[in-house]
Amino acid sequence: MIEAGHFAAFLALILSFFQAGQGLMGQRRAAGLSAIVAFGAMTFSFVTLIVAFATSDFSVQLVAANSHTLKPFVYKIAGTWGNHEGSMALWCLVGIGFGAVAAKLLATGRPKFEARALGVQGLLNGGALLYLLLASSPFTRLDPAPLQGAGLNPLLQDPALAAHPPMLYLGYVGYSFVFALAAAGLIEGRIDRVWARTARVWALAAFVPLTLGIALGSYWAYYELGWGGWWFWDPVENASLMPWLIGAALLHSVIVTEKRGSFGVWTALLAVLAFCFSMLGAFLVRSGVLTSVHAFAVDPLRGSLLLAGLLVFGGAALILFALRAGKLEAGPGWTTGSREGALMGNNLVLIVATATVLLGTLFPLIAEAAGQTMSVGEPYFNLTFTPIMSLALIALPVVQAWSWGKADLSSLWKWGAAFAGIVAVFWLAGIGPFDIPLLAGIGLAIAVWLIAGAAMEIWRRAKTAKRLGKMPARVWGMTLAHAGLGFFVLGAVLETSGRAHTTIALQEGQATSVAGWQLTLDDVESIEGPNWYAERATLTARRGGTVAELQPHKRFYPAAQMPTTETAIHKTGLADLYVALGDGRRNTQGETRWTFEVFLNPFIDLIYLGTILIGLGALLSMFGRKTRVKEAEA
Amino acid sequence: MRARSKRLWGVAIAGVLLVSAVTLSAVALKQHADLFYTPQLLAEQGQPEAGKRVRIGGWVQIDSIKYGEGADMIFLIEDGSGQTLEVSYTGVVPDLFREGEGVVATGRFDETGAFTAENILAKHDENYQPRELKNARQATS
Repeated sequence: MIEAGHFAAFLALILSFFQAGQGLMGQRRAAGLSAIVAFGAMTFSFVTLIVAFATSDFSVQLVAANSHTLKPFVYKIAGTWGNHEGSMALWCLVGIGFGAVAAKLLATGRPKFEARALGVQGLLNGGALLYLLLASSPFTRLDPAPLQGAGLNPLLQDPALAAHPPMLYLGYVGYSFVFALAAAGLIEGRIDRVWARTARVWALAAFVPLTLGIALGSYWAYYELGWGGWWFWDPVENASLMPWLIGAALLHSVIVTEKRGSFGVWTALLAVLAFCFSMLGAFLVRSGVLTSVHAFAVDPLRGSLLLAGLLVFGGAALILFALRAGKLEAGPGWTTGSREGALMGNNLVLIVATATVLLGTLFPLIAEAAGQTMSVGEPYFNLTFTPIMSLALIALPVVQAWSWGKADLSSLWKWGAAFAGIVAVFWLAGIGPFDIPLLAGIGLAIAVWLIAGAAMEIWRRAKTAKRLGKMPARVWGMTLAHAGLGFFVLGAVLETSGRAHTTIALQEGQATSVAGWQLTLDDVESIEGPNWYAERATLTARRGGTVAELQPHKRFYPAAQMPTTETAIHKTGLADLYVALGDGRRNTQGETRWTFEVFLNPFIDLIYLGTILIGLGALLSMFGRKTRVKEAEA
Repeated sequence: MRARSKRLWGVAIAGVLLVSAVTLSAVALKQHADLFYTPQLLAEQGQPEAGKRVRIGGWVQIDSIKYGEGADMIFLIEDGSGQTLEVSYTGVVPDLFREGEGVVATGRFDETGAFTAENILAKHDENYQPRELKNARQATS
């Protein structure tokens, strides 16, 4: 069975290169057909892997190394992509899938351009498949087959983490087709309104799952690691944030190219960069060049191959870009005080923010080359990324009302006064009845500003309640996404500035009070799951009339010889009471005291609500009426 | 002339943004890059400035963990060079924190030279250990 899958992957490889050849020669039909057949072959190949995992076929090396008969069925299947080889197979499947869907859906009226985009996609997929088959084959057999598997990294035995990689990869690899569109446009020498209309939809198709994938990963880290936080500025997290930021910049600049025909060169560059940052992310995560709390077992050889891939594809695209950028039509000019200028400002901030994240992420490598071992943590990013992004967030509600060509800037002072007013309210509230530090006050002001700004903008466009329902999907999408950004900031500021954290140690029967809650440790007992056993603490939490039972536990997975933390979270609607069980410590009298990390995380759900709104808004923006471009231009 | 002066505004705003971003990053890196030490490096280079966040890596010395009355504890980090560092820490330790296993403690020295950890990182799974430790092991063995 697995041999058939192996063969199918080879078939997909040959078909991908055939697709590349046909496509680059301008054969739309042949390239499209091979993309679809390649997708069939790769799907079959991936299904054989899933079947091997589902049936615990330990004669397959990958299954033996990463699965176990006692593992729950869902996680046997999710285990397919819970390891390096399987996740690279998923990467190939997603890339080929994007090619096939594009082959079916692309209808720009420019067959040559479409053929070339499919051709470039074929090259990218062929490269990924070569890497899969030569450097990380999931199809290797073991002889003799072991009777039992070694188990999956137990941290991955979790619903959010089962769904996280496919989502994230839809995003990362989705940008490969955006890259292909940019390369095809550059080959043709036409990055114009028709090009942008198509590229925008595909850029959104990658942005939506990337956003949700990052949110899932963050949520998992929050409840599974037991550290009470949702973002740690870890290299692996930054690796996913950078393509997201570039992707967000792309979504904004492509609008200018679509509506006005300007920024074509810049938009094409961003389209190329988004996938380059996806590949950089893959390299950073898989090569182990950086210390990460999320690191898997890593392999330097594979790392260098991924780096080679990044250099080959990224380099080729940049050379193509350098050759063609001068020949592209520049489109109409623009001024700073216009919607074009505003969107360029958005891009500038997002690019600078990405650069600070990149610098912070790579700096330990640079320092290491100079003989210093160091790491860059949260304080660096708080001092750079946060203020830079704040600029864009403060400007957003103001400049989104600017019109194309030339905006009316006469009311600029009113906007400034309004924002200063909101900040003043929070500042006064901060020194008065509520204890809000100034910086948090500014953060809250920005959040309110964004949410109110999103509502005002759609009202400005609709003018009447009746027309609100008839606004185009794109406008609603923008409104949702910008309001979502506001909710995210609100949650992030409230959670970060209002978080309470204590470590406690209790014997059975003892009680203590934490952040307004009375916590009693009732007992600690041993329990057993399908492939783990655990120590489970039962705590009663009381505050006023509220009584809640919390059962954090600490699992041990014998197959992987690894413990994991299962936190207990009590949601009060406004805040999460979050308890993680630590180690049991025996004192000199022979009594065991259990340690707990206790967090009170206010409004953390707003962070995820905001992120989901951003994703939904982007999804909505994909639909609705197409922008009409004059026939002469098309 | 008017169009050009408008464009100049844009360039000026971009310039200010870029210069401030570069300055901010440089300052932030200078202040907030956490230097990594092993006990041996500490002995050679002297103790870092009190209050500055640093990372200390090595192995938890066998029989060195002492628990206090609350969630506080003390343990020694060794690196095979004979040098050790005493670490005080209040909090839950990672699942794979054990005597004889690799550990990286992030924290600060105070004026008296005592080191208090804010965060303890141990091996993440059986196949992985913090990268700095691999280098430290190569350096000391």
